[in-house]
Amino acid sequence: MTSRRAFLAGLAAFAMPRPTWADAGSPAYLAAAKHGDAYFLHGLAETGRSLFALPLPSRGHAAAAHPTRPLAVAFARRPGSFAVVIDCAKGIETARLTPPKGRQFNGHGVFSADGSTLYTSEVVAETSEGRIGLWKTTTFVRIGEWASGGIGPHDIKRLNDTLIVANGGIQTDPNDRTKLNLDSMRPNLTQLSPDGKILAQSELPALSQNSIRHLAVLDGRVAFAMQWEGDPAETVPLLGIWRPGADPLLCPALEQEAPRMKGYAGSIAWNDAGQIAITSPKGGVAMVFDNQGAYQSTLVRSDISGTAALGSASFIFSDGNGALTTLVVDRLLPLAQTTAQWDNHIVSI
Amino acid sequence: MRALILAVLTLATPARADFPETVQGHILPGYAAFETATKALADTAIQTCAPEDLIAAYHAAYDAWMAVQHLRFGPVETDGRVLAIHYWPDPKALGAKAQMALLTGDPAKLAPQVFAEQSVAARGLLSLERLLFPAEPLPADLLRVDPCPLIRATTDDLARNASLVAGDWQNGFAQTLATAGQAGNTTYLTSPEARQVLFTQLATGLEFLDDTRLGRPLGSFDTPHPERAEARASGRSLRNVLISLQAMRQMVETLTPDAPETIAAFDHATLLAETLNDPVFAGVTVPPNRLKIEILQQAVQHIREVILSELAPEMDVGIGFNAADGD
Repeated sequence: MTSRRAFLAGLAAFAMPRPTWADAGSPAYLAAAKHGDAYFLHGLAETGRSLFALPLPSRGHAAAAHPTRPLAVAFARRPGSFAVVIDCAKGIETARLTPPKGRQFNGHGVFSADGSTLYTSEVVAETSEGRIGLWKTTTFVRIGEWASGGIGPHDIKRLNDTLIVANGGIQTDPNDRTKLNLDSMRPNLTQLSPDGKILAQSELPALSQNSIRHLAVLDGRVAFAMQWEGDPAETVPLLGIWRPGADPLLCPALEQEAPRMKGYAGSIAWNDAGQIAITSPKGGVAMVFDNQGAYQSTLVRSDISGTAALGSASFIFSDGNGALTTLVVDRLLPLAQTTAQWDNHIVSI
Repeated sequence: MRALILAVLTLATPARADFPETVQGHILPGYAAFETATKALADTAIQTCAPEDLIAAYHAAYDAWMAVQHLRFGPVETDGRVLAIHYWPDPKALGAKAQMALLTGDPAKLAPQVFAEQSVAARGLLSLERLLFPAEPLPADLLRVDPCPLIRATTDDLARNASLVAGDWQNGFAQTLATAGQAGNTTYLTSPEARQVLFTQLATGLEFLDDTRLGRPLGSFDTPHPERAEARASGRSLRNVLISLQAMRQMVETLTPDAPETIAAFDHATLLAETLNDPVFAGVTVPPNRLKIEILQQAVQHIREVILSELAPEMDVGIGFNAADGD
């Protein structure tokens, strides 16, 4: 049904230049933060300066940025009952996504390369079976869903015209995130075709209690960050590199550095120079690896969590103490000190 | 937006900086004592490798470590020193395997600079314990191997690491902590971050007592794990818990004079540890004795709660925003 209003809006869109990220100040990143008791989604410049801060209804986890239009989708932390679509140029909420009955958002989502579709990471609430929700981005109406290829999907990323899903493997209580299957969990990496078929899939047979949760992609490869659910006294690799179709490569840190991650990698980023960063807010450290997954350095910063590539050969990091920092050679230097408590992730636009 | 940031910044400005007392009265003397104790141990080992002559110095060094082991930031984290001093828990027995290779391998690996590059699992207090308190008789072909060079290398390495940690604190890191928030300090960007890191040491130190030192041997009621107790061969499992409690209580006193519930909670747990009379938690398998260890664990859990409800607001800190969330 086409209402007169929608018809006019369509005409207007046709007649006027489409807004772009430049209309929102050309932010390089999106990041959620807490200020006092309120929650915001920030657009950040590469200098760490906040270009806009738009209110969120509750604590955010990650966001997805439209490839061209100044549209951000902010996802609530798990178990998510909504996601908010924000027009970052106008500073207004333009839509609110609600998963179908019996589904929950799982904290992450990504737009298709042409921006026409939003993919959301979801679970069937009762069983934690993974789903990828499909939303048409002109109206943000749900247009379908696919199986994610596993249990408890978390991050999803685009790799060329395919989707990579981190099926974390953890079945959780639908109400309180209690983990139900740690003894039998089997996380996997799944590559989905543009029509939702499984093209490639890999498990970690020797480390099935290492939940694959976050992803970064570069040149046809996927770097994945893991969270160890086995005996905390064991130190396991928390970074892996996967070329779909091949076996994943596990990338341990140096023996004397590895335990500092406390078995937990929270975010991951890959810069154009080939360096990979993973963060551990639990350990108060980030670690940097090279393009082949060899350990390079440990960076110390309390509650460090968000990270994204900065320029061609560095990273930006955020933490719960308000700082935005950057990698310079093998150490962290401050970019900006704020009073925001930066939430888990920084998303590149 | 800028107005919002400025408003919150004003509120967050710390009322006082109370951490120099912790550095001067807790951290520096603790590391100095550890340096002294490990030097005495290494000096003794130069004179004799007889276990009966080294055991007192071993215990003194381990005691001194327990007084600072909750401090997991700064120089002790450099180059894996903390693990090279104390590699535990070690569920896959990596230490014993790597140490056996050193015991029977090329003696050149025992030269100080080379030994410092060996696996952290094969070094430190627990490795020395395996040499001084062999859990089972050595295989016949190992009886011909003289453990003395490895004992000397291990004690020398411990003393070297202790000296590096103490030296780095005295010659730099104490100043780094004291100048938190000042221009040029890229480690602690604000003054509250220094208080936060000190509080975090208590929170994680107590968590380690609860989950690891007590929790690992306790296991579950149906599957207790007495073999997982720390430093069992030298009979130090309970003693380590006790000294750690005493040390963290003393740290609290240097942080604030005004945390009576925290001090009371430490005193309660300390009393339970002093009267437990189960040096290696062998009682985890025997229900009435197990209960006493569980009660000690609950007392440690109570301290964890009280430091959050009393000490954290007193110090104007909290637990990490993201560290506590996870996902």
